[in-house]
Amino acid sequence: MTASNKPASGGYQTDSPRFDRPLSPHLQVYRWQITMLTSILHRATGIVLSVGALLLTCWLVAVAIGGEHYARVAAIITHPAGQAFLFLWSIAFFYHFANGIRHLLWDAGWGFEIKRMYASGYTVFAFVVAATAITWWLAWDKIGGGA
Amino acid sequence: MQTPMKRVRGLGSAKSGTEHFWMQRLTALALIPLGLWFVYSIVTLAGADHDSVVAWMRHPVRATLLALFAATAFYHSKLGLQVVFEDYVHTGWLKFTALILNNFIHVLLGAAAVISVLRVAFGD
Repeated sequence: MTASNKPASGGYQTDSPRFDRPLSPHLQVYRWQITMLTSILHRATGIVLSVGALLLTCWLVAVAIGGEHYARVAAIITHPAGQAFLFLWSIAFFYHFANGIRHLLWDAGWGFEIKRMYASGYTVFAFVVAATAITWWLAWDKIGGGA
Repeated sequence: MQTPMKRVRGLGSAKSGTEHFWMQRLTALALIPLGLWFVYSIVTLAGADHDSVVAWMRHPVRATLLALFAATAFYHSKLGLQVVFEDYVHTGWLKFTALILNNFIHVLLGAAAVISVLRVAFGD
């Protein structure tokens, strides 16, 4: 193929004569299907959860210190933007949780048939919707009742 | 006299080649019950003030589960983000720096989380 296929910078392979071979089609060439969607989402939600772990540490440190520090972190969490992030975090958690179990089942050798793979994928999405709805219904009920 | 052994020392499986893969699965398995318990706990704590949170966290079983959840989650997060950096950062020195910082930041945040839980649990 032509030189335009070489990575813009930092690629390891640009010096290799073997790089001029035809390349496999990249992501945008393929038709979207649930198997690739669930795979991509697993990594994306994992990254969201890692960012959320930063907030977890902030919260725990604030609980340990108390006083003004706790008030500041509590203000961030109860702020609409904080609540929006927690909502996103809960979706990411339930997705990564359910799809992670799907991955563990694959590791155990279960569910590789195309039919089962699609069924388990849709099951994950259904679980996310149900679990997120129940969680926030309970949480808002608690805040409404406690305040 | 030299054998091919010297070329594979430190590179090969020798029962540690699958450590990343295995620890990712092991922490994932542990996070199934720990994660569910954590989300349940957060929901029960919704709207609670500082005193209630401290009283909740001082319970030895809760402190244990919370510290284990934090440590396991940060270990799992470190393994996951490591793969993301390995896959998407292609510039040699940048990848190297990202992987080192990934380790340091996860250990720092994980230690702060666990020590904070212990501080509350053992506090007066």
